[in-house]
Amino acid sequence: LQIFEYNGSAVVAMVGKNCFAIASDRRLGVQLQTIATDFQRISKIHDRVFIALSGLATDVQTLYQRLVFRHKLYQLREERDMKPETFASLVSAILYEKRFGPYLCQPVIAGLGEDDKPFICTMDSIGAKELAKDFVVSGTASESLYGACEAMYKPDMEAEELFETISQALLSSVDRDCLSGWGGHVYVVTPTEIKERILKGRMD
Amino acid sequence: MECVFGLVGDGFAIVAADTSAVHSILVHKNNEDKIMVLDSHKLIAASGEPGDRVQFTEYVQKNVSLYQFRNGIPLTTAAAANFTRGELATALRKNPYSVNILMAGYDKEAGASLYYIDYIATLHKVDKGAFGYGSYFSLSTMDRHYRSDMSVEEAIELVDKCILEIRSRLVIAPPNFVIKIVDKDGAREHAWRQSVQDVTTASL
Repeated sequence: LQIFEYNGSAVVAMVGKNCFAIASDRRLGVQLQTIATDFQRISKIHDRVFIALSGLATDVQTLYQRLVFRHKLYQLREERDMKPETFASLVSAILYEKRFGPYLCQPVIAGLGEDDKPFICTMDSIGAKELAKDFVVSGTASESLYGACEAMYKPDMEAEELFETISQALLSSVDRDCLSGWGGHVYVVTPTEIKERILKGRMD
Repeated sequence: MECVFGLVGDGFAIVAADTSAVHSILVHKNNEDKIMVLDSHKLIAASGEPGDRVQFTEYVQKNVSLYQFRNGIPLTTAAAANFTRGELATALRKNPYSVNILMAGYDKEAGASLYYIDYIATLHKVDKGAFGYGSYFSLSTMDRHYRSDMSVEEAIELVDKCILEIRSRLVIAPPNFVIKIVDKDGAREHAWRQSVQDVTTASL
């Protein structure tokens, strides 16, 4: 029983020109059996910060609830939204609190920072942050995702081209992973709008 | 070999559960009701460790009643499902309950809904769900025949198809099932499907 592969997941985030895209698959499974094909892995923290959690679904839900709670408290105290870098540090701290009994999730965080500069990072289940300038991946399909992103990515893509690139990278990677797939969910965020799209991929 | 499954139809939700209480090779009783009526418009069909099943579902039932006493209005199905998930998630890393739950309910605004909550506190709103070895047969049968606007008669036909499939294809299949329904008129027992009645040797 591989606990990180119990539910199956695939998550990727990419940086573009003053925008970012974050995408996930939609399968919720229990080992080899598929339970649902509309599971939400990406959550909006606020208009400029998104988090996608891969790994064990129960911890994805628990951790998401804790993070929304902490961000709402922050908003009440500071009267503003959290910067993506700050939010990433918060997630890292919350994960490390459970160092010897961790949440079995790997988050991918994406946001627009000061001056609309896109920020992405990922971390392991105990909060080791990994910043990147181009793309970050997570989940059971992560190895395929690394390869697909490396091949398809180029810097400074506009929102539409970024959407195409991240969608193709996600769909081709989950097709090589039996535990993830059943469609895709993509958010492309620019300083002016958030575009949410559902992808139809191989449903198997 | 506990079989629990359910589906949502047009303004109603149906859940069915087997009624065998089994301990290793001994069948204690074959008319054990595993679908608890939570309140006037909610049902919990539970499967898993017998002690945990009864204790945990009673705990949820009493808390749902308490909320209604304190606040004068009943919980929505979504709220009750999230409460249940919260209790399972809190207990998960201390003293886990081994209970899988399908919660069916009817709310005036949201209509009929079905929530899948597994023993590690994964929560998902579904149109059809199932637990146990029987899920391999009932989920596939429901995938083939289910439509989102089924009438009660069509849904009962589908439930009977699933029961037939389980009876014919599962080794040590449970002989008896109970079917309960929840709609705008409330939660109630709909039917039993019995192929073995409880008889004592004295009556022969």
